[in-house]
Order: sequence, then C-alpha cells, then structure tokens
Amino acid sequence: MQVHTFKPDLPPPLLSVGVLGWLRANLFSSWFNTLLTLFAAYLVWLIVPPLLQWAFLDADWVGTTRADCTGDGACWVFVQQRFSQFMYGFYPTELRWRVDLTLWLAVIGAAPLFIPQMPRKAVYGLGFLVVYPLLAYWLLHGGFFGLSTVSTSQWGGLMLTLVIASVGIAGALPLGIVLALGRRSDMPAIRVICVTFIEFWRGVPLITVLFMSSVMLPLFLPEGLSFDKLMRALIGVILFQSAYIAEVVRGGLQAIPKGQYEAAAAMGLGYWRMMGLVILPQALKLVIPGIVNTFIALFKDTSLVIIIGLFDVLNSIKQATTDPAWLGMATEGYVFAALLFWIFCFGMSRYSMHLERKLDTGHKR
Amino acid sequence: MQTTANTSRPRASVWTDPKVRAWLFQILAVIVVVALGWYLFDNTQTNLEKRGIISGFAFLNNSAGFGIAQHLIDYSESDTYGRVFVIGLLNTLLVSVIGIVGATILGFILGVARLSPNWLIGKLATVYIETFRNIPPLLQIFFWYFAVMLSLPGPRQSLEIGQAFFLNSRGLYMPAPSPTEAFVTFVGALVVAIIGAVLVARWSKKRFEATGKLFPVSLGAVPLLLGLPGLAVLLTGNPLQWSTPELTGFNFRGGWVMIPELIALTLALTIYTAAFIAENVRSGILAVSHGQTEAARSLGLPAGKTLRLVIIPQALRVIIPPLTSQYLNLAKNSSLAAGIGYPDMVSLFAGTVLNQTGQAIEVIAITMSVYLAISISISMLMNWYNKRIALIER
Repeated sequence: MQVHTFKPDLPPPLLSVGVLGWLRANLFSSWFNTLLTLFAAYLVWLIVPPLLQWAFLDADWVGTTRADCTGDGACWVFVQQRFSQFMYGFYPTELRWRVDLTLWLAVIGAAPLFIPQMPRKAVYGLGFLVVYPLLAYWLLHGGFFGLSTVSTSQWGGLMLTLVIASVGIAGALPLGIVLALGRRSDMPAIRVICVTFIEFWRGVPLITVLFMSSVMLPLFLPEGLSFDKLMRALIGVILFQSAYIAEVVRGGLQAIPKGQYEAAAAMGLGYWRMMGLVILPQALKLVIPGIVNTFIALFKDTSLVIIIGLFDVLNSIKQATTDPAWLGMATEGYVFAALLFWIFCFGMSRYSMHLERKLDTGHKR
Repeated sequence: MQTTANTSRPRASVWTDPKVRAWLFQILAVIVVVALGWYLFDNTQTNLEKRGIISGFAFLNNSAGFGIAQHLIDYSESDTYGRVFVIGLLNTLLVSVIGIVGATILGFILGVARLSPNWLIGKLATVYIETFRNIPPLLQIFFWYFAVMLSLPGPRQSLEIGQAFFLNSRGLYMPAPSPTEAFVTFVGALVVAIIGAVLVARWSKKRFEATGKLFPVSLGAVPLLLGLPGLAVLLTGNPLQWSTPELTGFNFRGGWVMIPELIALTLALTIYTAAFIAENVRSGILAVSHGQTEAARSLGLPAGKTLRLVIIPQALRVIIPPLTSQYLNLAKNSSLAAGIGYPDMVSLFAGTVLNQTGQAIEVIAITMSVYLAISISISMLMNWYNKRIALIER
C-alpha cells in the first residue's frame, strides 16, 4: 500500500509576514497609500529633526544669565532661572512652604479616595471637601492662627491657576446640579428661570464674563462692600462654569430610565429623597467623565484671567518674556507654558477615559 | 348591617398637596429672583448717581477720537462710538468666518486622516489632535503672535512668496483684485453657466429616475462652467486687475494686508478648533455601522458612490450637532483677540470704548447681547440644516 506523507508546510511569503508584511499592509498597500506614506514621511522629516535640534541638541541647559545662551537652539536657562516665579508668582519667598504644604495636603488627603477598597469613602470624601478648603484658605491666605497674611494680589503662577480651577469647579458643581434639576423640573416658573440662566451664560464668552465681573460687580454691590480682584474673577468663573456643568448633569439625568423615578415615587419617597438617594447617585456616576472634561475646559480657560490683570502661570510667563534682561525668550517661555498645560490636560483626559471604561456599567441595552 | 368604617378619605392638609406646594414654591422662586434683580438694580442706581455717571446710549453718538488698526469700513478718528462698535463687530465676524471655514476644512481632513488605514498618517493625525486640543487657545494665540509673528523680519527683509505675497512683522501683504470694465460680462457669463449646470443636473436626475440611465453631470457642467466665462475673458479681456504690493521706503504700498494680529488669531483658532472638529468627524464616521458599507458594496455601488451616497449622509447626521457647538466655541473664542489687541468687539468696544466713556453697564450689555445674538443665529442656522438632513423616522 502506498503511504502518503505530508510535505512540511511552505513558509508564508516573505512579503506578508514580519516587518515587511506589516509595512506592506499598513504603509504601502496601494499606490495611493504609498504616496500618502511618502508625503507623511516628508512632513515628519520636515518637522521633527529641526525641532529636536532646537529643543535638545543645540539648546543651552546650564547658566544663570542671558549671556550663557550661546547656541542656536532653545535657551532653557531662562525657564530654570524663572521657574519659581512661574510656579508661585509674587508669593513671598520665605512663605512658599505654605503653598507646597497645601499642595501636599491635597495629594495626601485625596489619595485614599483613589483606593478602590477604602471603606466609607463617601463620608471621608465629604469630610475632606469640607475641611480641606478651610485649611487651604488658612495656609494660603493666612491672617489668623499665627500665620501672617499674604494678600491675593501676591498670588500668582501655577499656584493661582490651580486655585482658580479648583475653586471654580468646587463652586460650579453644586450650583450646576441645582440648575440641572431646575431645568428638568415640572414647575414652569422654575424651569424658565433655570433655562434662561443656563442659556445666557452658555451664550457669552468667558472674557466678557470676566470683564463684567471686574467692572460691573462693584456697581451691583452696595457701597462699602467690595471684593478683591481674585474673588471677582472666581465669581465670574463659577457662574459661567455652572451653566456648563448643568448641561452635563442634565445629560446624566436624562439617561436614567423613567422606571427609576416611578419606582422611587412608588416607594413613597419625596422629591428631594428621590433625587438624593436614587436618581442623582446614578446620574452623577454616569457623567463623571463629562465633569472631568468640563474641568479640563475650565483649566484651559483659567488662562483668560490675564485679561483682567491676574498673574496666573501664562501671565507670569508673558511678563518674564518682556524682561529686558531676557529679550527674545518668547518661544521658550510659551513652549514651556504649553508643555505645562498639556501635561495637566492630557493627564486628565486620559483619566477621564479610564473612568469612562471603569464606570461603564448598567443602563446599556 | 351598618358599616362603621369611614369611607371618605382622611382630609389631608392643604400644605401636603403637591399642586399647592408647586405653586407656592414657584411664587417664592419668582419673588426671590425679582427681589434679587431689584436689589442689584437699586444698588446700581445709587452707585451710578454717586459716581455721576449718566446712563443711556447717547454716548454712541460721541466722537471716538482714537485710531483703529484694521477697519473693514471707512473710519477716521472723528467718527462716533457707534461706528467703532460696527467696526468691532465686523472684525469679530471676519475672524469667526475665516476660522470656521479653515477649521472645518482642516478638521475634516484630520478626522478622515486619523481613521486612515495608513499607519503613519493615522499616527500623525492623532499626535496633532492630542497636542493642540490640550493647549489653551489663548496660549496658542500668544505663541503665534509674540513668538512667531513679531519675530519675523521687517518689511525690507520680508519673506517673499512668488513676488506677490510678502510676509513680515507688519503682516501678510498680498495682491488685491479690482474689477475692470470686463467684469460685468464675466460675472454675467458665470451666472448663465451656473444656471445651465444646475439645469443639466436636474435634467439628468429626472432622466435617471424615469429611465435608470445615467448621464454624467460633469460631462455637461464642466464645459459650461469653464467655457462660457473663458469665452467672456477671450472676448472682453481680463475681468480683474491685480494690484501687487510694492516696497516703497520703509513699508509696502498697494494690495491687501492681513495684520499680524489677525494672522495669529485665525491661525491659532483654526488649529485649535480643527483638533476638536476632527474628533467629531471621526466619531461620526465610526458611528455608521460597517454593515452599511457592505450593503452598499453588495448592491454594486463603487467605493466613491458608497462614500458619497451612503456613508457621508449618515455620518453628517451625527457630526452636525457637535460641529455646531464647535462653531459657537470658535465664535466665542474669537474674543480672545483682546489678549493681543486685535480690534475685535471685546478689545475695541468692551476695552477701549469702556475705558474712555466709563459706561460700563451699557457697553457690557451691548457686547454680551451681540455674542448672544451670534450664538443664537449660528445654532438656529445649524438646527435648520440638521433638520433638513436628519433621518425621517416613522
């Protein structure tokens, strides 16, 4: 009997596996794709080598003055020399430990909230939200319990940016939730008030809001009552941002099936209990990524306070570039600012995407 | 038998009746809002009186007395604040329109590029989007203005592009067209050609629906659109005269100039908004299920028609609403012009005019209502378009 023996398999064609195969599938699959690849490669070649040359190879890293920048590339000495000003603004040098301590307290205090197994997270979180702002105000502003006063006109740099962004979101969140509930209310008068408020703030740019809070707020308030510049900016930011938060929260409220409302009503819960115990916990969980995205937008928008003369990180850098001792450093300064903002915003957007995946449960049909 | 049970429901207190409560609550809310409004109004009145500011819009007729770097309509220093307002409004609209057109084109290209099967193109688009949407627009404007535009060489060493475009620290100089006598005939020919092309397209669609026979529209339209205006140019001469900018002394004369503020502002807003539009476009295209492509291909539609007749109409439905809010954002972000002193609505009117006149309430109210009006008109326009292309569901 004849025995059939299989011959060993031939290896796959060299052009369809490994690096060559990948190249062929992803870069050179057709003449058009090849053309695109060549075009893109040309673009990369046009941008990346000069950029690397400027930012790293030709750059000056060590030194103390403008004269130390001899190369053709970037002069990072400038950023090094002005770094503390970019971070703290005009905050007195010997008191800067207070800013650092505030930041560390925030990091240490908030850390347990990110541990999934932590028991009684909600209680701890609420406690933190109540205690921390008071502590932060005491540390940053001082004036009582043995700390000397540092007026807000001396605040600046990244620290001011973070203060505006975090106070803005902390103030806008509760207001936004109330507005969203009002907009979904059955009572026509409440609905009209909330819709008008939301649409008004969403329709105007933040700059005009800041202008308004800086020139019109003093007119609105009775004689003798006045806020400092930072407080006025914060009021504007909170009102503006609460309208955006309200729309995000409304999205969450609308995503909750009607059965949840009906079930809560059938259990005999009144409006506030229904919202507080059944609807809002579910709705807010749904919109956490949206809130983080709003926070990213707010963080970018804080740069606008430059218009009303506050020294946030962007304004500190802008002022430093006009220093006669460091002329021609605009590119370095703005690239550094861009890097700073980018790290924060990109980090937060990654975190929001992570949350979106983690919280993606329920209500999916 | 007698029932002792009380058949009537126990009378609840009026206060627990939801309807009564709703009424009370609303009345209370309205009272609070009105009282707050009156309180602010009253404070404002007293404060204005104390500072001796006369409210009203009469200041709009006063002479402004300052120069403006860019005005689309004639302006001199003796003109009124009212005219300054119009100039600011036009400048804002100019930035918004240029920005919207540029960001839409760039955004669609990037959105499609990010989905490209070509790995390098996809990655490049991703890097672009992730970089530029995470940097504040004001910072980008500052970068283009202070770091790029202002460090360009002066007029004498300007960068030349084809002997007609000159880029220097005072802006971009370009040739300006002005119509000649032949312009009227040229436009006439063009209008006739467009009408003809539309008629051809209509006729071809009608025939296709009646008989199923295709008539390529371009076969009739292209010769019409190129031929008639071309004939007009041949017969009557060049319809447009181009005046190129020339270096005389220390500056350029003639032609059009885009001031550096305008260039920096439009560049930054276009680049920033395009990154967001690209993401909208990408999610819109991804929202069209792959089955649609497969179905279209199995019906025998070629790739181009699949895209044009099946994918894009469905993707647009998803893209339009977020695109609207991007346009709104761009129009509102154009107010960042105040940061670099481009004479837009905010920096010109809410800045200079407010400082000169001290009419804070009127000026801010006008500025805010203009932005509200722009926002509302853009969203109404886009809602109308959205309704037109929306899927009609049963």
